[in-house]
Amino acid sequence: MALQSLDIKQRSATTTPSTQVRETIEIAKLIDVSACIGCKACQVACSEWNDIRDEVGNCHGVYDNPMDLTAKSWTVMRFTEVEQNNKLEWLIRKDGCMHCSDPGCLKACPAPGAIIQYSNGIVDFHQENCIGCGYCVTGCPFNVPRISKEDSKAYKCSLCSDRVAVNQAPACAKACPTGAIQFGSKEDMKDYAAKRVTDLKERGYEQAGLYDPQGVGGTHVMYVLHHADKPDLYAGLPANPSISPLVSLWKGFAKPLATLALAGVALGSLFHYVTKGPNEVSKEIEDEIEAEDKEGAK
Amino acid sequence: MIRDPKDLKRYEPRERANHWVVGISFILLALSGLAFFHPAFYPLTQLFGGPTWARIIHPYLGVLMAVSFLGLYLRFKHLNKMTPADKEWLSKAQNMIDGNDHDMPEQGKYNGGQKVMFWAMAICMLLMTVSGIFIWRAWFGLPVELVRLGAVVHAAAGAVMIGLIMVHVYAAIWVKGTIRAMWYGTVTRGWAKQHHRGWYRQVTGK
Repeated sequence: MALQSLDIKQRSATTTPSTQVRETIEIAKLIDVSACIGCKACQVACSEWNDIRDEVGNCHGVYDNPMDLTAKSWTVMRFTEVEQNNKLEWLIRKDGCMHCSDPGCLKACPAPGAIIQYSNGIVDFHQENCIGCGYCVTGCPFNVPRISKEDSKAYKCSLCSDRVAVNQAPACAKACPTGAIQFGSKEDMKDYAAKRVTDLKERGYEQAGLYDPQGVGGTHVMYVLHHADKPDLYAGLPANPSISPLVSLWKGFAKPLATLALAGVALGSLFHYVTKGPNEVSKEIEDEIEAEDKEGAK
Repeated sequence: MIRDPKDLKRYEPRERANHWVVGISFILLALSGLAFFHPAFYPLTQLFGGPTWARIIHPYLGVLMAVSFLGLYLRFKHLNKMTPADKEWLSKAQNMIDGNDHDMPEQGKYNGGQKVMFWAMAICMLLMTVSGIFIWRAWFGLPVELVRLGAVVHAAAGAVMIGLIMVHVYAAIWVKGTIRAMWYGTVTRGWAKQHHRGWYRQVTGK
């Protein structure tokens, strides 16, 4: 939900600038995958704070529950078993909206104000303006937004924009018992991540690193990964996410050009009529037909 | 308008009705589609009972247009085969546009320009229908790569189609005595002799 207390930096389907005067600090949530124990307290806290109860599903024989993000489950833990360095590793990644600096959902959305980006970096859906077209799903490089089957509106993690607006950490960060979810300014989170990465490297994870993909301008949800060279290991986290070139073509310069071209056809037709005049049946042919009729009447 | 019993019949009532169904559905689709094409056109959603209704209705109108256009296509495709005379007509189209139609080659029921329009519309309709299915989330949940491709093709083919229809409508306004063919199905003998002499000879035997 859009909040008056946070400054709006970008607004979907809006061609004029949003508020630019005040610069607020960028915030970020840092998920330290190496410190996560998979307890799902974050999932429960998300459900509690946002007051949304997903349907109780079935056990699929794996730890993932629910199996995927839904309109009512804005964050899920994804469990992956992999072998790295001849050891079994259990990778647990808390999935959800990454709050991109260059959000594909916002770029694709045709409804003015249905998706907004606050100057602190949070990308929020404003369901009141959502028309349910699903273009946000088309635009997202992380496959995050979900369309509700009940109301056809799009839903996803709001990074607890309502809590952040009153200087509170997101509910998931507040609930995490191991400190695997940290929240603060993006700069502070990067510093914290650097320390964690150093620690992991000392412990033998030489490829440890921060996941803050630059293809989407960086994100406001970042991960510390033990295998930052292989993000794909973590339930298919994309290595180099970016807005699809098809989406950029669809929503980029082509449309204003096409609009101008159509206006050109309309005006061109008008001025053709005005300068060349209508194409009428010639006097000659009318006379011929008249002569035929006279001939026939005789 | 007083109709002369000697006027020539160009369209049957069922052909005119079919054309109007396509025309009405096209206009509604263009208005609702433009609303999602660019924010500048978003207020057009108000014509459909608001933006969410526009989103819901648009694809169903698309189904209506696809089916009704298929009717037009099957009725008229045999009349739209390209001939050498059409190619000659097209090579001289500039003279026609400049307002000088005296030395244009003799044309049958449709001239080369109309035939190009027919086939361009058929291709656009096919692209619109297939890509429209790709992006119709209420009924189809296709892989996101296909949806992305569908969105681009739908927007591009839609823009081309709106341009083509503008030309189609303007041509009917420009060439006097044409629009009545769409209303009553008849044209004057003079109109036929000037613009479609081959067809004129065929139907009058002159």
